[in-house]
Amino acid sequence: MSELDITTIRKDFPIFTRTIRDGKKLVYLDSGATSQKPQVVIDAEVNFYSNNNAAAHRGAHQLAEEATEAMESARQIVADFLAADLDEIVFTKSATESLNLLAYSYTSLITKDDSIVVTEMEHHANLIPWQQLAERTGATLKWFEVDSEGRLDLSSIDQVITEDTKIVALTHQSNVLGTINPLEAIVARAHEVGAVVVLDACQSVPHMPINVKELDVDFLTFSGHKAVGPTGVGVLWGRSELLEMLPPFLFGGSMIETVTMTSATWAPAPRKFEAGVPNMAQIVGLGAALNYLSKIGMEKIFHHEVELGAYLIKRLSTIEGLRIIGPQHMQARGGTVSFTFGDIHPHDLGQYLDAQGIAVRTGHHCAWPLTRKLGVPATTRASLYFYNDESDVDALIDGIIGAKKYFGRS
Amino acid sequence: MELDALYQEVILDHYKHPQHKGLLSTYDAQVHHVNPSCGDEITLNLALENNSISSISWDGVGCSISQASVSIMSDLVIGKSVDEARVVLDNFVELMQSKGIKTGDPAILEDAVSLAGVSKFPARIKCALLGWMAYKDAVLSASTK
Repeated sequence: MSELDITTIRKDFPIFTRTIRDGKKLVYLDSGATSQKPQVVIDAEVNFYSNNNAAAHRGAHQLAEEATEAMESARQIVADFLAADLDEIVFTKSATESLNLLAYSYTSLITKDDSIVVTEMEHHANLIPWQQLAERTGATLKWFEVDSEGRLDLSSIDQVITEDTKIVALTHQSNVLGTINPLEAIVARAHEVGAVVVLDACQSVPHMPINVKELDVDFLTFSGHKAVGPTGVGVLWGRSELLEMLPPFLFGGSMIETVTMTSATWAPAPRKFEAGVPNMAQIVGLGAALNYLSKIGMEKIFHHEVELGAYLIKRLSTIEGLRIIGPQHMQARGGTVSFTFGDIHPHDLGQYLDAQGIAVRTGHHCAWPLTRKLGVPATTRASLYFYNDESDVDALIDGIIGAKKYFGRS
Repeated sequence: MELDALYQEVILDHYKHPQHKGLLSTYDAQVHHVNPSCGDEITLNLALENNSISSISWDGVGCSISQASVSIMSDLVIGKSVDEARVVLDNFVELMQSKGIKTGDPAILEDAVSLAGVSKFPARIKCALLGWMAYKDAVLSASTK
């Protein structure tokens, strides 16, 4: 079915050679939480520490030059991956930090007469920083609601995004529902009123081709570790004129232009936002990760996940008592599927699946307002990636059916 | 199999037929506890009489481990003095922290020894402790009233 040779791809990931819970094959369906790492990424980090380690952008010695070069090459790789300009790429330690950076940097630019718009399907990382910004400034927090299908209700878009709206922050693809949000209408309305659009792309950059110019958003963030890269590195992309205008968030070494005992001025972006010695090995690892993804092809990865997602939904739909939470078909949807199963609590289902070597996520997935709105205190989530194939889906289905027998025994 | 050690019949029985579930309207203390990592919630009402636990009632949502554990706990401590119940609580917490080494003293813990298997699953210990921590909080609040 797929253009991708999954058997060969899995050989790139050392973790797939280990077994789980007494010799079971690892069925990893939790890439929405974090992805596994190919050997090239592990090697890139090891190679940096083994051969090039020094503090980038500091010192004139050879190692410092090499470390700087390694880090800045990675910045170019990220820029190319997003079709962005080089000086628009800010390295952070996580997408969470990127969103906090924006929310803090906007503090002096938001007043009590402004509004900030989010959606009900946001991960806590793209909700709480804006809640806090509203609290600090007295601005109003508004949001798009989610309908029973797991889609954003845009019917009152002109009442949600209004003349006083300064920021619209939303996810590209829901980490719980798999819903891919329709950006065009939202971006058009936001720009009509002069608001900036902040896109949480943690669940889209790893899974589909992304071109920031085509998306026409103003800021975008993603984390390295969900895109087969290391933990400890996130990316914030912003339009250069906006990055230039925004005040910095973290202060310290290397983000400055001049410093006296009483004042300081800032280096141009992106350096202005990168205080302290950066997570260089992780940045280099992220470069290797994105090169690896590009070599496989983001278009192919997306198609594979849509096909496999359709197979997953088809098979889940045949199980009596199983309810998919979110869109039931693959239109504008990725390969993340949440569900409930009869009266078996997601933790118990997850525990049973774990005993079969199957890794899923259970709970509210850091999107508590969303699961509360949908009337499910917790769900089980299977999230696919390009290294998954039909055999993983089949194992999950067998596991779910096995759990029904297991918990129905007494 | 370790899974069977976790999900003993006693636990599944308590999950399907929870004891003292459904909140009573008279109580000395009411507490609400959540497990923020998973969203499990419990509301627990507790009444004291002559320094003994005269009633516990509760309502909540959660997995079989958390629900069975609060059911077992309620059965165990109702009718005991606060001091006797503290011994049970301390024993249970110690059992949960034992990483699968201890089996628990059935003379003190009764049905709660069936939760011993939980201590081998670090992610589930909080589930088992949810109701017990709610009790601990409630008894403190009722005693200081």
